[in-house]
Amino acid sequence: MIRTEGLKMEFRVGFFRKRVVALKGLTMEVGKGEVFGFLGPNGAGKTTTLKILMGLVHPTGGAAWLMGRPISDSSVKRNVGFLPEQPYFYDYLTASEFMDLSGRLFGMRKREREARAGELLDMVGLSGAKNLQLRKFSKGMQQRIGIAQALINDPELVVLDEPMSGLDPVGRKQVRDIILGLKDNGKTIFFSTHILPDVEVICDRVGILVRGELRAMGTVDELLSGTRVKSVEMTFTGVSGESLSRLERMASGTVTRGSETTATFGDPEAASMAKRLVFESGGEIISLIPHKSSLEDLFMEEVEKRK
Amino acid sequence: MKVYAIAINTFKEVIRDKIFYSLVFFALLLLGASVLLSTLTLGERSKIIEDLSLSGIEIFGVIIAIFVGIGLVGKELEKKTIYIIISKPIKRWQFLLGKYLGLSLVLLSYISVMTVCYMFFLYAYTYKLPWQTLLAVLLIYIELLTVTASAILFSTFSTPTLSASYALALYVIGHMTGDLRRLAEKTGEGGVKAVLNFVYYFLPNLEDFDIKAKTVHAIPVPADYLLMSVSYGLMYVTAILALSVLIFQRRNFK
Repeated sequence: MIRTEGLKMEFRVGFFRKRVVALKGLTMEVGKGEVFGFLGPNGAGKTTTLKILMGLVHPTGGAAWLMGRPISDSSVKRNVGFLPEQPYFYDYLTASEFMDLSGRLFGMRKREREARAGELLDMVGLSGAKNLQLRKFSKGMQQRIGIAQALINDPELVVLDEPMSGLDPVGRKQVRDIILGLKDNGKTIFFSTHILPDVEVICDRVGILVRGELRAMGTVDELLSGTRVKSVEMTFTGVSGESLSRLERMASGTVTRGSETTATFGDPEAASMAKRLVFESGGEIISLIPHKSSLEDLFMEEVEKRK
Repeated sequence: MKVYAIAINTFKEVIRDKIFYSLVFFALLLLGASVLLSTLTLGERSKIIEDLSLSGIEIFGVIIAIFVGIGLVGKELEKKTIYIIISKPIKRWQFLLGKYLGLSLVLLSYISVMTVCYMFFLYAYTYKLPWQTLLAVLLIYIELLTVTASAILFSTFSTPTLSASYALALYVIGHMTGDLRRLAEKTGEGGVKAVLNFVYYFLPNLEDFDIKAKTVHAIPVPADYLLMSVSYGLMYVTAILALSVLIFQRRNFK
């Protein structure tokens, strides 16, 4: 659905036309029906990539294709929906008028536009606000009308730039549910974000972009498979005296709440020794939780590399 | 269809803006003032009303064309609403043409309302309807179309403030191209003459659209002059819009 080859982007900024490299040869592919999360810190080049795909900026090198056709072919956008970052809309229009305008730009017929607009406003929970001017919309409502306009043409590919940023937990959940709904309908979704917990829940694959370079790409499991168990957390009870002191010395930290003690061990070996000690001293283990690296750790590692 | 969608949206944008109404209000105020001023004159009252009203319609029309015109593209870039539009299957020229036609439609409505009011005032005070001044109104409209196109051209590559200054400068110089021509003749041969002549032909000759005095004083305006002026205006508009599209096509929306 999306393919880029050596995509490069350079900007000239300021009075002295200083050269800023936003993308350093991005090569990637997103398959049909995939939910692809495009991760990276601010200024990594995520938005630039999305803008290139949408024909908003012209790349200074490389090439990109959407559904097998070059991005310069504007007819390819017939099957694409796009939500820009922090979207601004024509605030003098009402929600219905805005949806109608979006439909017209796809050359949709009146009846089709009306039916689709009604359906989508319903889906994003805005049918009650359809005659309200967009200037009166809250941030969450703006994001939802943004998603609705991106879907007016029932696109095969949906590109969303930071769809969850600036939303409260309720708004984030709504957006997440909409994305999962689209996935169930077989749509391909490509979205950029820096909100990682959502990514682990909804993405089939992710790519991590740092300073214009793609540092890692794959499924969340693949990316995390090479990572080791970082620490083990064990909660136990019924251990006292010398045994408890030994356990406390072995652990990197302990917290005692009533009769229960929670100890954290730096590696699995220390944890299994501690487990034996608890049993030998007649204690009882309440829980044993290994902590593996999360996507956030991997993300931070990639960002920190060669800083 | 897509051009029409953008044009209608632009029309709504301007019509729902308070600034537009305050400009129309002041233009109407000037029409009213022309009636008052005419009472002070010794000559024919109707001439004063006609002259002041036509000038008022032109000046406020130019203000709308420039200040709304530069905002048409400028605001889309500043507010990033253009991201929503350009990411849809619409070509950039369609967007620009739609914007232009939208404002042209606004100006047509403005000029129609103003002309009706002007005729009404005139009839109420002098019981005369100077139909020939409608020809002046027609050419004012063509002039406004030229100014709007230039405002759009500047806004495709410059900031709103600079675009407004450029468009205003072009309007003023456009009314002085005759002087440029005379200056070129007086400088004799050489580089300076060539440059002045180039500027004369390159800039719009807005003075050609000014037949206010002629129509007010009932001096006949030949039909071929009218036809030439209208064709010149429309051709100039086409050329400026084509140039705007060329620039806009290459632009990156950061």
